[in-house]
Amino acid sequence: MGSTSDAGTGRIVAGFLAPHPPHLVYAENPPQNEPRATGGWETLRAGYAAVRERLAGLDFDVIVVHSPHWKTVTGHHLLGVPRFQGRSVDPIFPNLFRYDYNLKVDVELARAIADQGRAAGLHMELMENPDFRVDYGTITSCHLAHPDWDVPIVAISSNRAYFYFSNEVGEAEMLGLGAATRRAIEATGRRAVLLASNSLSHRHFTVEPAVPEDPSFERPYSLNQYEWDMHVVDLMRRGRCRQLLDEMPDFIEQATSECKDGSLTWLLGALGVPDYPATVHAYGTVIGTGNAVVEWTPPVGSA
Amino acid sequence: MPVVAGYIVPGLPHPLLAPDRSPHWRAVRDGFDAAAARIRQAMVDHGADLLVLYSTQWVSVIGHQVQADPDAAWTHVDPEFHQLGSMPYRFRIDADYAQAYAAAAQARGLSCRPVSYRGFPIDTGTIVALQLLNADNALPATTTSCNMYADRGETLVLGKAARDAIDAGGRRAIAVAVTSLSARKHVRPVDPADDQLASAKDAEWNDKLLEILSEGRLEDVAQLARTVAHQAHADSQMRAFWWLSAVMGQHNRYRGEVLAYAPVWGTGAAVVELVPAQVAQGQHEFDEDDVDRYHGDLEVLESAGTQRGPGGAPMGAALGRGLGRVGPGEIPGAAVSLDKLLDQPLPPRPADLAGRMAAPAGTRADRSTTPLHEPPVVAGGTNAAAAPKPVGPYPHARRVGDLLFLSGVGPRQAGTDTIPGGAIRAPDGTPQDYDIEAQTRACIDNIAAILRAAGSDLSRVLDVTAFLVDMDRDFAGYNRVYGEFFATVGATRTTVAVAALPTPIAVELKVVAAAGDVDLAALADGKWTGA
Ligand SMILES: [Fe+2]
Repeated sequence: MGSTSDAGTGRIVAGFLAPHPPHLVYAENPPQNEPRATGGWETLRAGYAAVRERLAGLDFDVIVVHSPHWKTVTGHHLLGVPRFQGRSVDPIFPNLFRYDYNLKVDVELARAIADQGRAAGLHMELMENPDFRVDYGTITSCHLAHPDWDVPIVAISSNRAYFYFSNEVGEAEMLGLGAATRRAIEATGRRAVLLASNSLSHRHFTVEPAVPEDPSFERPYSLNQYEWDMHVVDLMRRGRCRQLLDEMPDFIEQATSECKDGSLTWLLGALGVPDYPATVHAYGTVIGTGNAVVEWTPPVGSA
Repeated sequence: MPVVAGYIVPGLPHPLLAPDRSPHWRAVRDGFDAAAARIRQAMVDHGADLLVLYSTQWVSVIGHQVQADPDAAWTHVDPEFHQLGSMPYRFRIDADYAQAYAAAAQARGLSCRPVSYRGFPIDTGTIVALQLLNADNALPATTTSCNMYADRGETLVLGKAARDAIDAGGRRAIAVAVTSLSARKHVRPVDPADDQLASAKDAEWNDKLLEILSEGRLEDVAQLARTVAHQAHADSQMRAFWWLSAVMGQHNRYRGEVLAYAPVWGTGAAVVELVPAQVAQGQHEFDEDDVDRYHGDLEVLESAGTQRGPGGAPMGAALGRGLGRVGPGEIPGAAVSLDKLLDQPLPPRPADLAGRMAAPAGTRADRSTTPLHEPPVVAGGTNAAAAPKPVGPYPHARRVGDLLFLSGVGPRQAGTDTIPGGAIRAPDGTPQDYDIEAQTRACIDNIAAILRAAGSDLSRVLDVTAFLVDMDRDFAGYNRVYGEFFATVGATRTTVAVAALPTPIAVELKVVAAAGDVDLAALADGKWTGA
């Protein structure tokens, strides 16, 4: 783990859109997860395999993850206890995801992000209750990107500003939080990997096949959602993230996007709203929702 | 009296974990304690033996879930209010009731599953309510999720399913809706002593709702839900009130009492008791339809034209392809299910179908039990042995001049009185799934039999009046089968929805045809001189 002596050398080594359908963990049958699968969702899993390969070649000492499934109204909360061990059961898909986790937290970086956020006028809280159960979005994205759990994480809650106020307020909160995250990483000398745990289009089927991994079930919920997802992925590929932010209100409204939970906006904020091309590792649907696994590697020397 | 009392209680953890940090939270806690004492008394006075909860904080998306782990234990920490402390719990869940509840919901067309997993994250609202109302597990309990897409119909049917299982088990239940009135929280920390409603509009509506509830008018509040959700920050669009009213019988005959009302972190936290009474105290404000069986919600048509793809291209023209709007719980406005419109997103797997078709405890019926009549013999009358016997003193058909007037005919089978495609309800009134296409086909077969007996046939039908009991659910299927027989006949047609038909069928047709010896072309010209 880095320390303040590295101050000045810290940077984001890569940022990923890393959605969290528990189906993908289920399909891999890791020892931590109780249910057993026969496979499924291979395209998206191949995308995550590419992420794991990328990370194997990168030098990083912390994973910072923003998850829609830790929802807070009063400000932004961060895990603030050095170690969490427990069982995560997905309340919506308990049949697929009952995962025993054991993870380390980079509390020093969490504190630094909280301080930077406060300095930027955000309300920040450290979650210091050791009985806390880490949300399944965080667990899923971290497992899929880096299942070794040998690197500490920082987990940030999803503030409800988009829902309580407007897209404008939500975006300001999340871009501000992203910038605060980057400043804290730089100030503490961390080499950080960022995970934005968002799906894209998010209206999904309300029935589940008897065999969850039945591939004959899986398709986009609607043409509309698919077209929006393709458009958004295309903007990412072409490095047009400013335009993506400008179109975010329509995307959220028209494709019921989970980006309303703010993770992607936070990531784009932390990366300084990239104008360089992203690498799209995969796109696929899970129970009708659109999910893309996307990588931004900031050019060395970029702010 | 299967439901001996109902309670509305708030689900934030403050009254459980920190009642003395704020006079407001203390007031709510006192209300909980009063309710707990009354529940204890109801066990003595009314033999209450079950607590059935519905919590807005347990969000589900694939239908509904019912807690069925007989020994549900964990240590819970609220995701937002973790600084208030941990909530260790161990609940005695009535797994048998939970299974029956889920089965009853399935029998009413809902997707519903009982959940029983070690470490399942029981929501803060359920934990607060059970800890404070039932601290020593004196009553076995269960709790239900709140589907964030569910509209009123789906939630009502769920409440009715809870009641089905209460009735079937001979239980004496207490129903608890775990919900705030207004649900908007503070977005910045406040001094607990100075807690107040987050919005003045919320405060206004909370007062109004409490006034109506104190008059025992639960169904009136349920009827107002959409208006409140539109005008204030309702908790999960007031779904819990739909559920509670359905469990308790959908009326206003209660004695209502507000045991507490105070702000908790900006939300409107009320503890309200509703006890069945002899007479309704308030006037009815009913204008919403009732619904017994879930077939999907249809308001989606309202938003169909507004759907747009990237770049602003209208998507609405491609109904069922371009639709995708409406979303996760907190998006304001009606959350709707589009599955119906999408013409079933998936063919149901055989196993699913079997699950959906099964009525509880083998009560499924597929035949009519309505008494039958021998048709009267009249001049020009026809009675066909191959058609079902009438349910009143009328012939199958009667000839007047060139025309044959047929009595309304349903799908019942001659002799056996079975209903192809299944009866729409069991003898005890429980709704059943049925196949409209099979019913329509049988109906037309009966008409063909009557026409044959009268010397005519389907190709000579001139006018059809169709009666459907559920236009939304059945029109498409009926229309498809109709087309198979009548596409080239050119009969005029009228299709209307009716509240009910005399037997448990979904479709009935009334036909006027040309007699078999009539020259159709001449009839059209008005030149037919008669046989
Ligand atoms: Fe999600």
